[in-house]
Amino acid sequence: MENEITLHITDREGVTHTLAVPTDMNMNLMEVVRAYELAPEGTIGICGGMAMCASCQCYVLNDVELPEKSDEEEAMLSEANFVKDNSRLGCQIHITPEIAGLAVALAPEE
Amino acid sequence: MIQTDLLIIGAGPTGLFAVFEAGLLKIKCHLIDALPQIGGQLSELYPKKPIFDIPGYPEVLAGDLVTNLMEQIKQFQPGFTLGEKAEHIEKLEDGSFIVTTDAGTQHHAKAIAIAGGLGSFEPRKPVLENLEFYENKGVEYFVKNPEKFRDKKVVIAGGGDSALDWSIFLANVAEEVTLIHRRNEFRGALDSVEKVQELKNLGKIKLITPAEVAQLHGAEKLEAITIDENGSQRNIVCDYLIPLFGLTPKLGPIANWGLEIEKNAIKVNNALDYQTNIKGIYAIGDVNTYPGKLKLILCGFHEATLMCQSVYQILNPGKKYVMKYTTVSGIDGFDGSRKEAEKAVVKAID
Repeated sequence: MENEITLHITDREGVTHTLAVPTDMNMNLMEVVRAYELAPEGTIGICGGMAMCASCQCYVLNDVELPEKSDEEEAMLSEANFVKDNSRLGCQIHITPEIAGLAVALAPEE
Repeated sequence: MIQTDLLIIGAGPTGLFAVFEAGLLKIKCHLIDALPQIGGQLSELYPKKPIFDIPGYPEVLAGDLVTNLMEQIKQFQPGFTLGEKAEHIEKLEDGSFIVTTDAGTQHHAKAIAIAGGLGSFEPRKPVLENLEFYENKGVEYFVKNPEKFRDKKVVIAGGGDSALDWSIFLANVAEEVTLIHRRNEFRGALDSVEKVQELKNLGKIKLITPAEVAQLHGAEKLEAITIDENGSQRNIVCDYLIPLFGLTPKLGPIANWGLEIEKNAIKVNNALDYQTNIKGIYAIGDVNTYPGKLKLILCGFHEATLMCQSVYQILNPGKKYVMKYTTVSGIDGFDGSRKEAEKAVVKAID
């Protein structure tokens, strides 16, 4: 469909969800997880999407190119737990046509 | 023991505004907050960020909103217990409550409003085996009394302002300060970064980057740590490890108060007066949940207002109350001050 991309999100139980996600709703990946209730409310997006907590941390599983990390995102990922080389904060990944096909897995709850 | 009518747990925007609405009803308030300053996440997380959805303010910095709220409630003389976490609650036979903090401060109140937001801010703990065993036996998350570290070997882990600032401070107190960070880049005030560089050059701070703490050692208390530096491990002898990885909110002890919890929030009675399943305990702002809940500051203000009307009925059973407009009735502060609209004069003009 127009203005929709497919994303593959693996929840904390290891179940992968393939979703058609709108690109014209000004959403980010953390909000997608909340909207589709892929993680219990209160365990994701706690700071509201300001890169100030790491509750939306996820691991990027394929080579879809993402925008560079901001200083804020780098700083948070340098303090959070369970960080790997492919860690990103979901709230900093905007849902745009360029990230179609992205596959991520949610990091464990801190 | 601190005595008050309404004890508010959480001094964020919702808790602060509740003092105003309570004050209009002559209800005296006291607030507890785990942070050492008022304002909750507005002060702790984003004081310099603008908020655009406060009615009447096209744009206001979070920190300024807190300052204004404090200005708005000051004539109602709220009391504060700051830097202490509400830990234990006891309901007395007469329906009143005693709330005790982790520092042992006791508060007696006729009603409780939990305005705890995301929960209390607690240090983010690294994932390490036997971490709990070493807490207070060498692993410290705060520097409360720097003298404790005099002539000791201290390892600080972290890359933000508090890791930099405490490394600088303890460089002149401790026998040895080692600063470990996962990356080569530090994020902090420029002069702090430069000062650490200078102390490193002088040999007063040992800097190890990129590296992570991997293991803790010691029979009775912390004696050494293993660090992982680019995949190779080595031990560092130390008396203290201070992990400074920022703060993260946790619902904390309130979760064990017998309140109904749903979606990591406190369930309330569907927007009637935001009372919980325990009579006399209310939950307002981001900490509560009910069908249609929105976690917005302006919704917290509304919830605080309705909650105060209900608390009035607990404090004054059977008494009739008519809601008054501040424009008509003015505000009588508990400090004897009075604010009111200027009266129009009735006078003939010659």
